Amino acid sequence: MSVAQATTGYGEPYRTDGRTASHAALGLASKRIIVGYGFWIFLLSDIIMFSAFFATYAVLSGETAGGPSGKDVFHLNIVAIETACLLLSSFTCGVASIGSRAHKALMYYGSMAVTAVLGAAFLFLEIREFAGMVAVGAGPTRSAFLSAFFTLVGCHGLHVTLGLLWLLTMMAQVLAKGFRADILRRVLCFALFWHTLDIIWVGIFTVVYLMGVAQ
Amino acid sequence: MSGTEQHLHLHASDTAPGDERADGREVAEGLLGYLIGLGFATLITVVAFFISGTSLVWQPSIPIALFVLAIAQMGVHLVFFLHITTGPDNVNNVLALAFGVLIVLLLMVGSLWIMSHLNHNMVPMDRVMQMQR
Repeated sequence: MSVAQATTGYGEPYRTDGRTASHAALGLASKRIIVGYGFWIFLLSDIIMFSAFFATYAVLSGETAGGPSGKDVFHLNIVAIETACLLLSSFTCGVASIGSRAHKALMYYGSMAVTAVLGAAFLFLEIREFAGMVAVGAGPTRSAFLSAFFTLVGCHGLHVTLGLLWLLTMMAQVLAKGFRADILRRVLCFALFWHTLDIIWVGIFTVVYLMGVAQ
Repeated sequence: MSGTEQHLHLHASDTAPGDERADGREVAEGLLGYLIGLGFATLITVVAFFISGTSLVWQPSIPIALFVLAIAQMGVHLVFFLHITTGPDNVNNVLALAFGVLIVLLLMVGSLWIMSHLNHNMVPMDRVMQMQR
């Protein structure tokens, strides 16, 4: 009984279909652990999908077909600001998940709002970069290198867009339903998703931008 | 401690990825972990951006240095932000991660290896054009 409560740890003993407490204690992890683990598996599969795009980019990065190479179209100062935005947003997202677990509303809403602003700033910079590249004739149709670039970085940008929508949804859900155990599980999954996007961005700014300019 | 009790103990101390501990913990303690992670990540990022543009080091070593720094920063993110640790409560998370890393390595190293060989053995494009004429 005490073990079952310690396992969940979030005031929601795992008893949905008449399982006894000793049953739960013997074999079943709490719902929060199961949900978190399942979402972790999904994130790893997402990372594997990104690794396919990374491999494509690495193979095609030299195939410029007489068009611009990375050195000509990348602006590292913009990339540095984008990196700072995502890194800081990952931190504020961590603060938000602490706030959600401690049921501190101000800490949760405040840091989620900062995370949203930083994520939106990242997206704004990225869209401006893409538009600028298309404007100078370095769009995805110009060469295999640029096709691979727009696929990889654009796919990450799409993930950030979906993450932003999810972020706003989580703020609204906590506002409407409070710090309930099921809502907190969704906040956990969102935080995992957001941190993973930052890990993928580390790969992108290293392989695409820094190595592209260093070549 | 009997076998059953040990079993209970193991399951009681599993943690979800992203959670630092199964039990409640102090806010300040959790905040400190994220701050340390932010500090390490910032440091590594600044070094990476600095190294990519410097002429202070031997040029061919730059891609390798950038690669090592990226792996290090991913490790920092995994430990301090996603709370994937080597503790006994994290075995499942680490095993899933290890499998993911295996697939990622197979996919990326395999693609690069195969494609470089194909490139090496391919007839140059101008010769293909001539043969089609």
